[in-house]
Amino acid sequence: MLEAPVLIAVSLIYLGLLFAVAWWGDRSADRGRSLIANPTIYALSMAVYCTTWTFYGSVGRAAVSGIGFLPVYLGPTLVMALGWTVLLKMIRIVKANRITSIADFISSRYGKSHLLGGLVTVIAVVGIIPYIALQLKAVSSTVGLLLSYPDIVMPHRSPTMSVAADISFYIALILAAFTIVFGTRHLDATERHEGMVAAIALESGVKLVAFLVVGVFVTYGLYNGFGDIFEHLATHPELQRLANAIPSGQGYTGWFSLIVLSAMAVLFLPRQFQVAVVENVNETHLKRAAWLFPLYLFLINIFVLPIALGGLLHFAGQGVDADTFVLTLPMSQRQEGLTLLVFIGGLSAGTGMVIVETIALSTMVCNDLVMPVLLRRRRLALEESKDLSGLLLGIRRGAIVVILLLGYLYFRLAGEAYALVAIGLISFSAVAQFAPAMIGGMYWRGGTRGGALAGLTAGFMVWAYTLLLPSFAKSGWLPDGFLTLGLFGIELLRPQQLFGLSGIDEISHCLFWSFLANIGAYVGVSLLRPPMVAEATQATVFVDALKETGPVGAVLWRGRAKVSDLQELVGRFLGPARAEVAFAGFARRHGADHHDKLEADAQLVQFAESLLAGAIGSASARVMVASVAKEEPLSIEEVMHILDEASQLRTYSRELERKSRELTAATLELREANERLQELDRVKDDIMSSVTHELRTPLTSIRAFSELLRDDPKMHLPDRERFLGLIVSETERLTRLINQTLDLAKIESGRADWNACELDLKEVVEQSIAATSQLFREKGAHVELDLPDNLPLILADRDRLIQVMLNLLSNAAKFLTPGSGRIRVGLRMLAEALEVSVTDNGPGIRPQDQELIFEKFRQVGDTMTAKPSGTGLGLPISRRIVEHLGGRLWVESVPGEGATFLFTLPFAPLREWAAEQEALG
Amino acid sequence: MSKRILIADDEQNIVISIEFLLRREGFEVLVAGDGEEALAKVRGERPDLVLLDVMMPKMNGFDVCQALRADPDLAGTRILMLTAKGRDTEVSKGLGLGADGYMTKPFSTKELLAEVRKLLGM
Repeated sequence: MLEAPVLIAVSLIYLGLLFAVAWWGDRSADRGRSLIANPTIYALSMAVYCTTWTFYGSVGRAAVSGIGFLPVYLGPTLVMALGWTVLLKMIRIVKANRITSIADFISSRYGKSHLLGGLVTVIAVVGIIPYIALQLKAVSSTVGLLLSYPDIVMPHRSPTMSVAADISFYIALILAAFTIVFGTRHLDATERHEGMVAAIALESGVKLVAFLVVGVFVTYGLYNGFGDIFEHLATHPELQRLANAIPSGQGYTGWFSLIVLSAMAVLFLPRQFQVAVVENVNETHLKRAAWLFPLYLFLINIFVLPIALGGLLHFAGQGVDADTFVLTLPMSQRQEGLTLLVFIGGLSAGTGMVIVETIALSTMVCNDLVMPVLLRRRRLALEESKDLSGLLLGIRRGAIVVILLLGYLYFRLAGEAYALVAIGLISFSAVAQFAPAMIGGMYWRGGTRGGALAGLTAGFMVWAYTLLLPSFAKSGWLPDGFLTLGLFGIELLRPQQLFGLSGIDEISHCLFWSFLANIGAYVGVSLLRPPMVAEATQATVFVDALKETGPVGAVLWRGRAKVSDLQELVGRFLGPARAEVAFAGFARRHGADHHDKLEADAQLVQFAESLLAGAIGSASARVMVASVAKEEPLSIEEVMHILDEASQLRTYSRELERKSRELTAATLELREANERLQELDRVKDDIMSSVTHELRTPLTSIRAFSELLRDDPKMHLPDRERFLGLIVSETERLTRLINQTLDLAKIESGRADWNACELDLKEVVEQSIAATSQLFREKGAHVELDLPDNLPLILADRDRLIQVMLNLLSNAAKFLTPGSGRIRVGLRMLAEALEVSVTDNGPGIRPQDQELIFEKFRQVGDTMTAKPSGTGLGLPISRRIVEHLGGRLWVESVPGEGATFLFTLPFAPLREWAAEQEALG
Repeated sequence: MSKRILIADDEQNIVISIEFLLRREGFEVLVAGDGEEALAKVRGERPDLVLLDVMMPKMNGFDVCQALRADPDLAGTRILMLTAKGRDTEVSKGLGLGADGYMTKPFSTKELLAEVRKLLGM
């Protein structure tokens, strides 16, 4: 039986279980074994986004507008899929600056401004209170429903019901007590709550399981699957409209607004900022969350439409509120266990949201609203008090109770007039007002404190006027005259048709006007003056958060401070023991064995400030540090100079790295060039050496014979004639050598004369063979010819070509086998050239020598006792000539089977080449 | 007893001229056209002096010189290197390998004879 004691007992046991998980999580964290260092738990904790609004309200919304419940989940999905870098940047900024809340974030960005932090806190508290009221409404109405089990009676609330008799009031108090135990057992410098995150992740799991179980029960228990439900739908024409993609009356404007609002909400709702940014233990967890969180949203939405349709069909005409279908459908089937599971699921959704949201808000209220006032009013008293951590906890606990009571108050005032979803959207619209200051602050250096203040104020006022006040008016707690007649009877000022804008839903209407005012004021006022010192400093820290540079903040401080003063100050807020540990750790990291030896430099002051920022917010921390450290003010020029230097330094260092790389490359090139030069030098030396050798050798014989003839005038005539003959032939050899060396030098330097004309190659070949026929006859060699007629003409220098042919033919003659020599000269046509081949049946050329023979003075004559006659320049010259004429000269040979020298020459119609030659000549 | 001299050079005309010169002066002359032949003839014919050209086929003069000096039996054989490459490195390389003298081509016949007599202790 589901009676009150059972419900209370089950609820308390469940909350106790959560608390046990939280306690275990905190204890693990203290022991250094983080329970939540896990991307899945991170993603599940982000699902605190799904509150009772999702758990009960989505079905209510679907019962009215079909898939109109969906856009508030599309926004977060888009953010996670496309905009996760924004989240990453927020995480980096928060980690680097020890930021504890969204108020702290905005205040810190715009120069650690107390006023701004306070304003953000007020907007957040006022904006979120309807949302907390929503949770109270959902939890208390489900309790009310269950109390009449098994009958389904819509709980009716009387506005005059006394607070003492109102179950919602007690629920609010229990939640307050539970939140206090969860979130403010001790003060943490980083304001992180590992235990709470673990509990929230568990709750996310519970509510998902509960919802899926109901979904399966309705879809497959009450009906026979999705298809069956939609078939039933066909018999109810009045429900047909729910099946439309975008139902009439909502429109694309509404969808667009909801997607934008929910995208903002998933980034800037205090509880989302808390779990996704502040509580993030490892930024790589974002990777899994980027798909797991959207998957969670998908799963928890699968059965929304079936449950809504099933409820509408089942309770047709019974006046059952669609917001309760998730609970009333199992109740109607007397499924006690399932009903209880759903209740626990709803409780999870509600408590999860309330706990995280109130903890986040209480931190903001304490750090950005109460502390600044206390610091100003009771500066002296605070400074005398030794340990303030108790005071801080007290303030936070008080804030939690007050926030929940305000939520209860809103619930009493306006709760009945709105469905769950409508209340939630009012909060979403308030939170969206943070977007310009947040996103502008992260990506635009020009934003100023004045701009942020103006934008937030303007946006908040428009929100209050177009959404919050009308919600009071519709509930009857304000006269509703201004709704229909406009403020002061001016029709243009009607809150929900401002300046005559009508025809769109109230959320889109509010979003349009509040964003227009907010962004306009933010940008407009920011542009009025350039950012001041503190703003410019923080702008750099925030905008450049994803760049890999050290914190710039530490550099931007100049002054004097005493280490002991700083430690005492930190000790007052964190407790002396924690301060001691923190300072000792800092000393170790900076290479000092004890922190007494530390210099109270900019870095240490920065460290102390960030420690304090974790406890009391960055703006207050700055004030407190300033009270013990004598800071010498920096002028805006100095700051800009320092920032400039830092960025110039980075530029210089990048430039330097680039230069250094270039230099290394240049050195390498230079070394290679030098090696090439040395190689060339060596080759030149070798050639010089070869040339001298080739010159000295014939000179030696000439000199020797001449001296022999001179010294012996009576030499026998035959000897005399023989020696004179040898002298003449050696002189000829010298002449030939000199001519060829000069010839080669001329060709190589490009100074050779070329007389190009169209030639019949066959005729040139025949002429060359005729010139050498005597040589072959002497050797007794047989010459074979294979010279076809009517080949295309080629463009070449006749004399040079004959020079090549004579060289190849005389080479062949030189290496012929005496007596049985055979020479074959061939000519054939290739695709674009003619090919001449000269084949001998000499000893052949070894493969390793086949390129060597084309080098100057490289005669290879290994198989012969005597070295080959000739200058060693014939083949190099021939190759250069052929190459100059556009062809190729090479040798093919198998040792022992003779060698074939081949060269190609391209066909004639190279008119351009001819023209070029004429122009040159 | 006349001294026996081996001329090792692959340039036919140089061999002819030196051979004629040395015969006229009363020396017994042997001829080799490449390095291997030169080495074989030194071992077989035991000349008193070798006129060794550096640039020869099959085995150059430096290698022949080294091989001769590695053989203790041939310690008494004098070696006069002849080369057309007159660079200092070549001269010192030859002397370093154990040659007794060095002449750069082209040389005068008188100088050659003087050097030959000096090396043969005449």
